[in-house]
Amino acid sequence: MKRFIPWLLTFIAGAAMIIDYFVPHRVFGSITAELKQWGLIVVAFSYILGVANVVRIQGNKISRRDPDWLNSIVLVVSLFTMAGLGIFHKHQGEGTPFIWLFDTMYDPLSATMFALLAFFITSAAYRAFRARSTQAVLLLTAAILVMLGQVPVGAAIWGPDQLLGGFPGIKDWIMDVPNLAGKRAILMGAALGAISTGLRVILGLERAHLGGN
Amino acid sequence: MAQRSLLQRLEYVDRRILFLILAAAIVVPLVHPLPLPIAVTPMVRDLYDEIEKLPEHAIVLVSVDYDPTGKPELEPFHIALTEHLMRKNVRMVIMTLWSPAPPLTEAVLARVGVETKYGKKRGVDFVHLGFKEGRQIVMTSMGSSIRATFPTDRDGIPVDQIPLMKEVKNYSDVAMLLDISAGSPGIKEYVQVVQSRYGVKLGGACTAVSGPDYVPYYKSGQLFGLAAGMKGVAEYEKLVGLEGTATAGMSAQSAAHLLLIFFILFGNVMYFLRRRGEK
Repeated sequence: MKRFIPWLLTFIAGAAMIIDYFVPHRVFGSITAELKQWGLIVVAFSYILGVANVVRIQGNKISRRDPDWLNSIVLVVSLFTMAGLGIFHKHQGEGTPFIWLFDTMYDPLSATMFALLAFFITSAAYRAFRARSTQAVLLLTAAILVMLGQVPVGAAIWGPDQLLGGFPGIKDWIMDVPNLAGKRAILMGAALGAISTGLRVILGLERAHLGGN
Repeated sequence: MAQRSLLQRLEYVDRRILFLILAAAIVVPLVHPLPLPIAVTPMVRDLYDEIEKLPEHAIVLVSVDYDPTGKPELEPFHIALTEHLMRKNVRMVIMTLWSPAPPLTEAVLARVGVETKYGKKRGVDFVHLGFKEGRQIVMTSMGSSIRATFPTDRDGIPVDQIPLMKEVKNYSDVAMLLDISAGSPGIKEYVQVVQSRYGVKLGGACTAVSGPDYVPYYKSGQLFGLAAGMKGVAEYEKLVGLEGTATAGMSAQSAAHLLLIFFILFGNVMYFLRRRGEK
């Protein structure tokens, strides 16, 4: 019973969505619209679970004085500060503490973390991108041609009006032919896999999410 | 032996030196930009042309799906797009599936001067519905009812009291959906969940790293246009006639790409010379 009722609910919800997609009738439309609203409410509650989980894990780290436990204090304080300011200052306009913290802390810190990627890529380009095999040579050649075709300096060196369309022309061919073929194959494979998994879940053949095999 | 030692030293040069060279390659062109030509690609041209075709007072749905990490690449597009839509006198319904996006949206609205320069009224000419968690559920729920999915706007005003929202029930009431997408949920999910099902015209911008993933959707006609990465955004800025930070960043990006290519080639030469020496 513990597994039958969750499976039955999964089946009803999944079947309703499939029927609504292929039979666009008002009755099915109103049922699925209601189910979607329930979905949104469930997702909203998952935030509470998420916060509780973060507090539990970080609380344990702090109480055990684990390595970097001070970072855990910063995390929990930041979490409740931003959440509190967001909840109690409903209008998050210019000049409010929430926006001030967003603009002066969250925004530059996030951008900095992402910008550091450029430096890691530089280090990797110098040390790790080695032409050790035929495949690696092909990958490196394609990467260099796309990198040159992607920026204006590539067109300035070998422009689209010249032989083979220059670097932009070669880049376009790489993106439109081999890349497109590969991406389409991956997309179709993934779509078929998603359909198969979805059907298995709806029909109860896949029960891992219910705690079984 | 001395030569081998030199090769090894060059191959395993301190990474901080590489970082300094990269920083210089980015900063110098930002201070002294080179006048590089920006050729407009068909993907960006199609995006611009389709927006140009919008009639006056048309309603477009703008999904702002980026956060501060994607800001350098996508905020210039957000600014250019808002400017373009304002010049076209088009009305905007703005929402997001990314929680950090609402403050970024408000900053862009203020920077473009939607209310000050163009005199647009909140709730009448544009509405900012804010963020809703739920990813694909939100997307598909908006197909049934945008008003049920977003019962209030970002400031807590019930959508029933917002004049613009009286004209918008679901996707069939918007002329097109424009997504500014830094990842998931974003363009890919909109294609899979919304475009294929509701037949909404979909276009937008994405980060450079996502570009190759979305090209198949453009080629199949599921996306009517796409500005991928800072280069794509610079092309869009050129079409809109707005020299923004993407255009300014083209010299720096060009220099960084050239430097990376040099590092790849130089690193390989050092590697093979060392290996030959070892044999």
